[in-house]
Amino acid sequence: MIELAIVVALLLLGYGFGSYRERSHYQSIQKRENLLSDILVFESKYPAKETAGHGGQLVQGNVVISADYFKTFVAGLRKLVGGRLRSYETLLDRGRREAVLRMKEDAKRLGANHIFNVRFETASISKGAESRLSSVEVLVYGSAVSR
Amino acid sequence: MLISNMEIIPGQTIEKHLGLVQGSTVRAKHVGRDIMAGFKNILGGELVSYTELMTEAREEAKERMIAQAESIGTNAILNVRFATSSVAQGAAELFAYGTAVVLSGSEQ
Repeated sequence: MIELAIVVALLLLGYGFGSYRERSHYQSIQKRENLLSDILVFESKYPAKETAGHGGQLVQGNVVISADYFKTFVAGLRKLVGGRLRSYETLLDRGRREAVLRMKEDAKRLGANHIFNVRFETASISKGAESRLSSVEVLVYGSAVSR
Repeated sequence: MLISNMEIIPGQTIEKHLGLVQGSTVRAKHVGRDIMAGFKNILGGELVSYTELMTEAREEAKERMIAQAESIGTNAILNVRFATSSVAQGAAELFAYGTAVVLSGSEQ
């Protein structure tokens, strides 16, 4: 009985805090994306001819982000029937956008306004050890130039 | 020392190619951080201590790559790539590699 109560409490706590944090994180992402929209990001390997200066210095951004207890629980249930894991989709979306923003901030510090050859990398940093720990690292890097 | 993940640098030419340089580091998270991360796993959100850990470790790998490049007398490393692999439970290897070259042209 006590165990059940603990699980329910954790679920409520996770749902409450998790969704509050997700909302505020999305708001902050939106705000900073608008602020940094003057820095253009390209996946193309070679920079545009007109770009010179800052020599293509490496810029990077990374973030380790974790799911809350509620999300992990829901995903566990979802695994029984298959289909979209919506709770993890938003988690990864937040992680990637946050990492891109940090990379852009890095470029801004250098005074650059274009980033070329952008690459994403995603790594699960708690592989094997405890399968409960559902956290993921997103790394994004590219070369900053200005025109 | 210019570090870039592009293959060419606008306005500069590659004079000499000196081969692959690399740097790596293996890091484990410590118990304190793990406990805090455990709490965060209930509430969700960013694991700031892990983000810092990964950033520091990646810097270290990059430093080692740069040290190797300096020892063979280059002034730039191009086409830099990062890789992450878990070697043991709770430990991760962070790896950075690139091509060491001598660049000529306008220095910034």
